[in-house]
Amino acid sequence: MISKSLLPWVKRCLFLLALLPLSRLFWLGFTDQLGANPVEFVEHSTGTWALVILLLTLTVTPLHRVPGWGWLVTLRRMLGLFMCFYASLHVLAYIWLDHWFEWSAIIQDIAKHPYVLVGFLAFICTIPLAVTSTDGMMRRLGKRWKTLHSLVYLIAILAVLHYLWLVKQDISQPLGYTLILAGLLFFRLHRKLKNKI
Amino acid sequence: MLIGRPPDIVSSDITPEHVFRQRRELIKAAGLGGILALGGWRHLGFAAGTGHQPALQHIQKTTYGREEKLTSYRDITSYNNFYEFGTSKEQPAENAGRFKTAPWTIAVEGEVLKPRQLGMEELMKLAPLEERIYRMRCVEGWSMVIPWVGIPLASLIKLVQPTANAKFIEFISAADDATMPGVRAPILDWPYREALRLDEARHPLTILALGLYGEMLPGQNGAPVRLVVPWKYGFKGGKSIVRIRFVEKMPQTTWMRAASTEYGFYANVNPTVDHPRWSQASERRIGTGLFTKRIATQMFNGYAEQVGQLYTGMDLRKHF
Repeated sequence: MISKSLLPWVKRCLFLLALLPLSRLFWLGFTDQLGANPVEFVEHSTGTWALVILLLTLTVTPLHRVPGWGWLVTLRRMLGLFMCFYASLHVLAYIWLDHWFEWSAIIQDIAKHPYVLVGFLAFICTIPLAVTSTDGMMRRLGKRWKTLHSLVYLIAILAVLHYLWLVKQDISQPLGYTLILAGLLFFRLHRKLKNKI
Repeated sequence: MLIGRPPDIVSSDITPEHVFRQRRELIKAAGLGGILALGGWRHLGFAAGTGHQPALQHIQKTTYGREEKLTSYRDITSYNNFYEFGTSKEQPAENAGRFKTAPWTIAVEGEVLKPRQLGMEELMKLAPLEERIYRMRCVEGWSMVIPWVGIPLASLIKLVQPTANAKFIEFISAADDATMPGVRAPILDWPYREALRLDEARHPLTILALGLYGEMLPGQNGAPVRLVVPWKYGFKGGKSIVRIRFVEKMPQTTWMRAASTEYGFYANVNPTVDHPRWSQASERRIGTGLFTKRIATQMFNGYAEQVGQLYTGMDLRKHF
């Protein structure tokens, strides 16, 4: 357990840490190190970090319950918002850098290709969660807040599917994320069932 | 995991495109064309260096793709799909260093009157080396412009004299698990196999490439010899070829075996037939930077005039 006076500092550090992937992209961009296909690099990088932060967000509960790190819960909102931030950058890179706001091509791409569709749905689902992340909204929504925010599980499943379906042949990387997500979901399911009995 | 950054290439090791162009112009102007050894460039006062591979000698210039802006040597040799060396774009350049390309022989066999084991020396003597600047369109939606050096595949076909039964040619790539780390993983059914119809293989645009930018091929680009069929998606160009087999029945290629609904035998570049998972209507030209739009993909990758007649009467939606 960490002391209450330390917590604001932990939050500040986490904030700066979560900005590192974005800073890195700017650094690589300005020093011409984004590689032969910079658009793909930016898309993959922002997408990967959105997924990583999403899985970190889902790791908070198990760490809170098992080792009893209750203080972690106070970091969860920031992690969730950063997930939404990187997902937005990912979508922005797709709409702007990849497709230059050619809406007809984008709509066709979403409608025709399942991996784009599930990714898009995952992003749409993050919006209400970000909007209702404030204390005021939590109070106003009361019990419904928790129900609404269980959307995060759907987002995680869609995000992992998005990655799995996008890969051409070697699925080892998305499979890794799938296994981690499966573990995190299993933990919750297991607890729920145990509590019922 | 994030995508790693491409390996460092000392910038002085790269022949800048304008220098490359300059040299081409100079050589042309001097009327030395195919006579002057490219290795001799080094002594012409352009001290920029000629890259990391030995230069190829006696290359005849051609008019193919002269209007195109070349993709840089660095991009061509650091962004590769060559799963035998790993499935990321950077791994082939990182891992191809240990792959031995000399000595090298290609077994040419099957429905031919004169089956042969061809060494690289013999192969290079089949026809004058030609520079062919071709667009290369990857099935993943990106493209490059590459100054290949090679010989027409037709010259090899002529040498071995196919029998009347020969209808297709199969190209089998190296699969050495000691030096190709990707082969140790069951990602594809190794060795990599590609194939062409005999008339496609005989087409003057089809070449066996031995080099690029005037130099021998680096490992990651398919050294020492690979197939280049510019009107088809890049995966049709089998790399590091060890066996060429003339057969009667249409062979099953590696990608057809892996996903027959996604990759067909013909794999002609066709903006109107989408891959099930992505559109083929447009492509991203490599090397044009972060803020450049995609360009429209052309039918047969812009070679429709030359190759369209090979497919008259065929339903290209069905034979994708």
